[in-house]
Amino acid sequence: MRDFAYHRPSNLADALSLRQSAEDGAYLAGGMTLIPTLKQRLAQPSDLVDLGALGDLAGVRTEGGALVIGAMTRHAAVAASPDVQRAIPALAALAGGIGDPQVRNRGTIGGSVANSDPAADYPAAVIALGATIRTDHREIAAADYFKDLFETALQSGELIREIAFPVPRRAAYRKFPHPASRYAVAGVFVADFGAGDIRVGVTGAGPCAFRATALEQALAARLDPAALDGVTIDSSRFNSDLAASAEFRAQLVRTMAKRAVADLIAA
Amino acid sequence: MKLSMVVNGVPREIDAAPSALLVDILRSDLRLTGTHVGCDTSQCGACTVRMNGRAVKSCTVLAGQAEGAEVTTIEGLGAPGALHPLQAAFQETHGLQCGFCTPGMIMAALDLVESGERLDETKVREGLAGNLCRCTGYHNIVRAVLLAAGANA
Amino acid sequence: MNGMIGQPVRRREDIRFITGRGRYTDDLAAAGQAYAVFARSPYARARLAKVDTAAAKASPGVVAVFTGADLAAGGIAALPCGWLVKSTDGTDMKVAPRPPLAISVVNFVGEPYAVVIADSLEAARAGAEAIEADFQDLPPAANLATAMDGPQIHEGIEQNRSFHWALGNQAKTEAAFAAAAHVTRLEFANNRLIPNAIEPRACLANYDAASDEITLTTTSQNPHLERLVLSAFVGLAPEHKLRVISPDVGGGFGSKIFIYPEETAAAWAARELRRAVKWTADRSEAFLSDAHGRDHLTTAELAMDAQGTFLGLRVHTRANLGAYLSTFASSVPTYLYGTLLAGQYRTPAIWVEVDGVYTNTAPVDAYRGAGRPEATYVVERLVETAARELKLDPAEIRRRNFIHEFPYETPVALVYDIGDYEQSLARALTLADVAGFPQRRAEAEKRGMKRGLGYSCYIEACGLAPSQLAISLGAGVGLYESGEVRVNPTGSVTVFTGSHSHGQGHETTFAQVVATKFGIPIEQVEVVHGDTGRMEFGLGTYGSRSLAVGGSALVKSAEKVIEKGKKISGHMLETTPDDIDFEDGVYRARGTNRQMTFGEVALAAYVPANFPEGLEPGLSEKTFYDPKNFTYPAGSHIAEVEIDPETGVVKVVAFTAVDDFGEIINPMIVEGQVHGGVAQGIGQALLEHGVYDDTGQLITGSFMDYAMPRAGDLPSFSVETTVTPCTHNPLGAKGCGEAGAIGAPAAIINAVTDALGVKDIAMPASPERVWRALQGA
Repeated sequence: MRDFAYHRPSNLADALSLRQSAEDGAYLAGGMTLIPTLKQRLAQPSDLVDLGALGDLAGVRTEGGALVIGAMTRHAAVAASPDVQRAIPALAALAGGIGDPQVRNRGTIGGSVANSDPAADYPAAVIALGATIRTDHREIAAADYFKDLFETALQSGELIREIAFPVPRRAAYRKFPHPASRYAVAGVFVADFGAGDIRVGVTGAGPCAFRATALEQALAARLDPAALDGVTIDSSRFNSDLAASAEFRAQLVRTMAKRAVADLIAA
Repeated sequence: MKLSMVVNGVPREIDAAPSALLVDILRSDLRLTGTHVGCDTSQCGACTVRMNGRAVKSCTVLAGQAEGAEVTTIEGLGAPGALHPLQAAFQETHGLQCGFCTPGMIMAALDLVESGERLDETKVREGLAGNLCRCTGYHNIVRAVLLAAGANA
Repeated sequence: MNGMIGQPVRRREDIRFITGRGRYTDDLAAAGQAYAVFARSPYARARLAKVDTAAAKASPGVVAVFTGADLAAGGIAALPCGWLVKSTDGTDMKVAPRPPLAISVVNFVGEPYAVVIADSLEAARAGAEAIEADFQDLPPAANLATAMDGPQIHEGIEQNRSFHWALGNQAKTEAAFAAAAHVTRLEFANNRLIPNAIEPRACLANYDAASDEITLTTTSQNPHLERLVLSAFVGLAPEHKLRVISPDVGGGFGSKIFIYPEETAAAWAARELRRAVKWTADRSEAFLSDAHGRDHLTTAELAMDAQGTFLGLRVHTRANLGAYLSTFASSVPTYLYGTLLAGQYRTPAIWVEVDGVYTNTAPVDAYRGAGRPEATYVVERLVETAARELKLDPAEIRRRNFIHEFPYETPVALVYDIGDYEQSLARALTLADVAGFPQRRAEAEKRGMKRGLGYSCYIEACGLAPSQLAISLGAGVGLYESGEVRVNPTGSVTVFTGSHSHGQGHETTFAQVVATKFGIPIEQVEVVHGDTGRMEFGLGTYGSRSLAVGGSALVKSAEKVIEKGKKISGHMLETTPDDIDFEDGVYRARGTNRQMTFGEVALAAYVPANFPEGLEPGLSEKTFYDPKNFTYPAGSHIAEVEIDPETGVVKVVAFTAVDDFGEIINPMIVEGQVHGGVAQGIGQALLEHGVYDDTGQLITGSFMDYAMPRAGDLPSFSVETTVTPCTHNPLGAKGCGEAGAIGAPAAIINAVTDALGVKDIAMPASPERVWRALQGA
């Protein structure tokens, strides 16, 4: 890879100013996406600002009714967190199923959400749970956050500090992993906030994570896997590749959603 | 940039380019060539080492991220005549053929064996999701990990 | 005694591998080494109008840049194909010259056209990016199905066809079809695979000016063959000025047999620059530049009478050769394929035609099984389909047609020496609990899952040899093997084999063979391989040949040592050699209590006290063993799968392999070979697919897209062996390295189609394909 200036600030202010003053800077969280990208020379930043020493950004806490996860919390830590397991076990399970064990030991929730890979797992939960993305200077609602393929509401240099997840009554996540990469070909997070407030976040299928309102409506009427059988899933903007055509992705979204609902009911 | 890390129990001072990967430092600077590189997309796991007590792919760790870290490579696990039970189990069950993926496989399996979890075949197979082997069909690797887990229990 | 033939001796090579002490090519470093990086074509087909290297040469740290023209001017010739195949009209196959670095045209994405040598890898990469090449894009013929009607790739090679080859008796086969009560017909592809040994190819080339010798350390399955080709055909250096070393090699599966551009260019550059040159492929390069495997389009028909007795087999295959003929490319879809189409059956008439077709894709050559998996797939898919069409039990239709009398001469040029196909099938049926399958299927159905069972009774021709036959069929080299057994003065033994181990465990197995012959502890035997400077000659490891051919050479050499030992001990014990018996490591003078141990005779051999005339000192013997025939391993594989109809995911719930490999030296190693082969076979059937789009871009160019089997994709395997000893080699061994990859794909697809109730499904039977099959079913 091309050389770059490497910075490892120990506080948030330094991180922000280093990033701002860089000609073409990038934050480095776990590096699970960024480092392979650098190796393939698909990105050639002038400066890397490593967030690894910002201890404040790692950790899980509860705050009012929400579960707050620091941006630098690694997937394995989320999966193993008693707080997460208690409040939103589906989120712990989601984290425990990302990539592979080595990836989970390095990758972070902030890095994943900032990158907004169309096939990453976390975005499904962020969307379904209506999480709030707390950055260095503002809060962004999940609904406003994911814009398009690798495109989010984050401005240049804006840094995710933490993500606050409202705690649902119950939730479940199912994904169909890509046979090679293990990213989600289709991943569906179903959250039940009670009183018919059912939210369904889908990842892997489209250019970025989205809420599947047709599925939500069907489930609001009847929280049962069978309720999804007749629902039309609009796959016109779905991804189509060697692993799955848009049409097959629609089938997978339906199937993952049904299974998530079954898990949710059984939980 | 100057780095310090503890590799296989030995404190090391290393001068590395920021773009150096942990695996480069291990293989080129420290000549610890037991850690291998089998791909460039962080999939194969041949480069797996233990960093601060956890299995990581050393091809996807930048030099600076390893600053101050404790790193264990296959060379630090056990030596001929003083094999770690996991190493011994790989030989006992014929859990390797060409040997190229083996160091990474063993370092990944180490987390499983030491997790304290009750392992079964399914858990071991899932736990090795980050490592590719082209020779063994994994059958004997799974046996090796289960054998070592039993020996540790 | 520990270490004898037949025992599951733990592998001695493991100690270095499990402790990180293995020495693979990339682990080596030479003083002052420079690094090579190749500039590769981004186009599937283009005219290379100009390669401007000025900027690259000026790039920091760059030592030199060489183009195809530079290599040609330096005397480097095209890389040859070592097997001449003739077309049905008697003409030779049409060979497109393949310069190691492209000169005026590029014909596949990834084809190298220049090499940059620099002080560091980064500098070499930057230098390669600074090369300015002027490509004039041409329309490619990247798709096998349409390539014969597509743009002509090579001058003078019409329809992009290298050869139209055939084997068998066409008239007799047509007559059989005319008389048939039933014909089963299938059209299918045998999917392109990318071998992906986990160690990428690499080399370290050194030039010693004092001796004018190049030492090329490289990831080769056959260092002597590499030296021979580079010397005799490519013109790199005289054979005695070129040493090729294969140290620890991290898997091969065929892909490391071949003579490639990169190693050639690096070795040439090292001499040119008087500096060591290192090259290590990254995985992306490996995907583009390693020879791929399989890639056939086939129409196959089986003619039967009303009882399911096979009358005739008719096969037409279009085989993808890629852009150039790799080292053994032409032999794979012909002599290693057509000859195997009799399978385990008495089919009296067979006719096979093969078009070998160039496409603008990476060269295709031998990959684990090489031709034989493709043949098995043809035969076993047809047989299973025929059974379904005739409503016969799939085991029963096979039994009705099995060969029982040996030797058996097939209609496709082979003579099977021995086998017992009933026995392996019977054992597999028991082991797989086929009787209990209906119950398991019913239980799965209750859970909404579809369960299927599939068989594959394969045969392979292994122990690649014999020279006379191979050469008569077009091979450019002999197919014997050498083995030297050197007894050291202290009685330890150093064994030199021309075979090469890259995972097969020769250091253990071959030591078992020699230790057993001598009746000495295995610890006293060392096995050396992989260095043209240490052993005289060798042909390397491929085609499941190492033990049957290389091991037999060692047996012969050991026997010669024993005979020599009898002469020495006879002299020392004051009797004649004829009166010496050798057993359990001791030479005894018959009818006396006088004896010498193996070690004492060794010492005497090197301290020749008063040796009579004609008895030379020393105790070292070698053999070039050239077998009389191929060996014919065979077996029965049974796969059981369960399919999730909502996701199309196929889970292999059980895989049973009962194989007849003849006599077995180390059952532990043999089982491991079967496991690995089966895993690759399951990979082909369910996961792996090398896909080019119509513009010739490889769209499965990394482990992110090309699905390698992981631990979680596979079951534990149920593996057993039966034994009919090979009749013509001293070990009775047949070879086991490829069986799994040969048998498994058909077994899996037979099981998947059984579960789905469809006639056919394409490999890999991916979730979407399975799901679509169910939508249409």
